[in-house]
Amino acid sequence: MSLVVESIAKRFERFPALNGVSFNAPRDTFVALLGPSGSGKTTLLRILGGLEFPDEGSVRFADLDWLSLPARERRAGFVFQNYALFRHMTVAQNVAFGLSVRPRRQRPSRNAIARRVEELLTLVQLEGLGKRYPSQLSGGQCQRVALARALAIEPRILLLDEPFGALDAKVRKELRVWLRALHERLGLTTIFVTHDQEEAFALADLVVIMNKGKIEQCGTPEEVRNAPKTKFVAEFLSSAAP
Amino acid sequence: MKKPPRRSTEDHPLVRVVLSIVAIGFIGLFLVLPLTMVFSQALSRGLGVTLAAIEEPDALAAVRLTLLAAAIAVPLNALFGISASWAITKFDFRGKGFLTTLIDLPFSVSPVVSGLIYVLIFGLQGWLGPTLREWDIKVIFALPGIVLATMFVTFPFIARELIPLMTDQGREEEEAAASLGASGLRTFLRITLPNIKWGLLYGVLLCNARAMGEFGAVSVVSGHIRGLTNTMPLHVEVLYNDYQFVGAFAVASLLALLAIVTLTLKSFLEWHFAEEIAAAHHH
Repeated sequence: MSLVVESIAKRFERFPALNGVSFNAPRDTFVALLGPSGSGKTTLLRILGGLEFPDEGSVRFADLDWLSLPARERRAGFVFQNYALFRHMTVAQNVAFGLSVRPRRQRPSRNAIARRVEELLTLVQLEGLGKRYPSQLSGGQCQRVALARALAIEPRILLLDEPFGALDAKVRKELRVWLRALHERLGLTTIFVTHDQEEAFALADLVVIMNKGKIEQCGTPEEVRNAPKTKFVAEFLSSAAP
Repeated sequence: MKKPPRRSTEDHPLVRVVLSIVAIGFIGLFLVLPLTMVFSQALSRGLGVTLAAIEEPDALAAVRLTLLAAAIAVPLNALFGISASWAITKFDFRGKGFLTTLIDLPFSVSPVVSGLIYVLIFGLQGWLGPTLREWDIKVIFALPGIVLATMFVTFPFIARELIPLMTDQGREEEEAAASLGASGLRTFLRITLPNIKWGLLYGVLLCNARAMGEFGAVSVVSGHIRGLTNTMPLHVEVLYNDYQFVGAFAVASLLALLAIVTLTLKSFLEWHFAEEIAAAHHH
């Protein structure tokens, strides 16, 4: 299931957020959208998730005209920067949500849902926390609940918006390793947004560097690091180097 | 002898005392005293007379009409308030600012004016007057007019309560629900509504208190027919103008009691569900 993004343009009221963005990602790649804030990377992710619609361009994914599908039919597991957990529901109810809102015929039985929730909580290493509310969890735990919730719908693609943005450096590194391992195990096309180049290079198979609504360079971490295509990429990479 | 250092936010004790006295004095003079006077006047000739004044048929009819009008107006306004605040906070569209301003209109227009507008539209000489007469529908000087006037005056309450709350909560949870496959209706019932239920309840309680107490707009459209189109506030005025002070104050006390019950209920809910309410406001 390869992803083909072609000439996406999106204007907000005053400024263009995306200005003709195209890239391809072969199946099951881990893609990082990297760029400074305001570069349009989150807008692009939201377009892929069906939360925003472009003015021009097309997206093909899994042999589907991806943009013609509404968000709820895309089965795109979206993880929000601030997690967006349902605060009035327990962890288990959060994770079960995607399954419990399926139309009756496709909805698993109560027991099957409960089993699936247990599996997912084990997968994200939160066994036994199903009865807690989001307000009783740490940031890293919330992050993993959000991921489990997104995985529950058996997503065709995983979209992560600054997945580690709100976490401290130590938790961030742990989760990073864990997320990469999870990606290998599940074999999903995963796209994540970040402004942290270290994170992008450590995780991704394909790095897409964005600036002011345009793609500056798209390649493997080695390609980008060894041969920056534009002045912006070279400067961006050197500016944030530790 | 050295004084202990004061905290920066702490004012001179004298300032605190003066401020407290001013606040308490104000509340006493303008809230508690008048309310006490209403009750004491109502009971001035004994409880028996007071109760008799309330059980009088015209008074009972006024109570019934007030409750009926509120029972129709408040749910309709709740429906309107929810849809308006949902539209305003969860979607982007042209004229959004205008709609928000429009919702505040009843707060800035005198209730008498809004009553008159309904007379001009639905009255016998009004815009729709002839049509309504043909169909034999009475709006002005009847229940529909009273309900319309009440709704107009009270419709900002629920929307005003919900818009800031829903703006604060943002759209992310709804977006998450959509990406997990939930339809619009399911998202509303399972995500939006539970998140706003406390705000909604406050709005409904305040709206109800105001709906039962509305005088100006209702006064214009009701026609003051005793036992038929007099609501409680109107009945109080009629009795007062007839020099039936005990009766007037008895009905007024009942009205005040309804308001007090409403506010007590609100405080009780706030106290009882403090934790859950706090959680609903924060991520």
